[in-house]
Amino acid sequence: MTIPLLPIYMHIPDGFLSVPVATVMYVITAIIVGAAVRQTNRHLKESTAPLMGVLAAFIFAAQMMNFPVAGGTSGHMLGGALAAILVGPWAAVLIMTTVIGVQALIFQDGGLAALGANIFNMGILTAFTGYAVYRTVVGLLRGTRASMLIGSFAAAWISVMMAALLTSAQLAISETSPWSVVLPAMLGVHVLIGIGEGLITAGAVGLVLSARPDLLRSKAPAVRSSLASSGYSGESAS
Amino acid sequence: MTARKGWIALIAGGIGLALIITLFSPFASSNPDGLERVAEDKDFLHHAEGPSFEIIPDYAVPGIHNERLATILSGIIGVLIVAVIGLAVGFGLKRLAASRAEPTHSNDTTSTAPPG
Repeated sequence: MTIPLLPIYMHIPDGFLSVPVATVMYVITAIIVGAAVRQTNRHLKESTAPLMGVLAAFIFAAQMMNFPVAGGTSGHMLGGALAAILVGPWAAVLIMTTVIGVQALIFQDGGLAALGANIFNMGILTAFTGYAVYRTVVGLLRGTRASMLIGSFAAAWISVMMAALLTSAQLAISETSPWSVVLPAMLGVHVLIGIGEGLITAGAVGLVLSARPDLLRSKAPAVRSSLASSGYSGESAS
Repeated sequence: MTARKGWIALIAGGIGLALIITLFSPFASSNPDGLERVAEDKDFLHHAEGPSFEIIPDYAVPGIHNERLATILSGIIGVLIVAVIGLAVGFGLKRLAASRAEPTHSNDTTSTAPPG
């Protein structure tokens, strides 16, 4: 047997989280992913389906590109904020679940027991905080191009900090590392990683604004409006 | 309507861009990432348990001795898998939504106009 090189743990491996913490995160994640399927189905825009494939592909590739930050440390993109900016938080949850699930199942990146926590921290939390920050900034700055770029950067940075915060909490509750030790360390390093996330996210949004600005401006869900115009009111079974 | 062509171009362009990014994956930083760095510094990295099975561990296709090639191939495989799943989920939900809706005078789905 050859001794493997240092294994690369980009996501939470098994062993870091206690069984109760991992289990609770699995349950919460399963409920939210179920809700995301229903919500995405109900509010599907025409751009959503193509963008789900494109964003999953882009985020998977971008997550492989670890960039150096200070002190012999690297960071990589999460992508939840970017996905939420382009397709809304619910479809973003499905994209992130796809990427993080494939990473765990096929690439052994992130533990199987920790998969619920990894999807929640890097996919669900980032999508919803990123979306809220982006919409707030764009709303405050009246939807200009600059507001979209600033909003994207802020959304991405804050989403990374939230993910680091929650991961620290899970590690502390699991008694893997004390709160007072793990929290400052995680936030400290992710302040820098978040800047990378912010730059990539703003760059990607800038690219979309140049190539396909319609993707960022069309807000009315196509299916919804056609239903409304045909007088269909059956929201009975779902 | 060229809308359909536009979406196909978007899908092809987007996935193409992702594939191009994977070509640069061998040049990604191999330093420990944020969580691993903290685990190392704060002395809990030893808690980590290895996976119970391995398919493409560490983003390198097993059996390929050229490390860069193994990494790029793993990236291409990953990009294609998640793209297919993402598209399948997206278009699957779209079809579901369309089949639930009343099939009255729909304007775009059954367009008889030739594309282009």
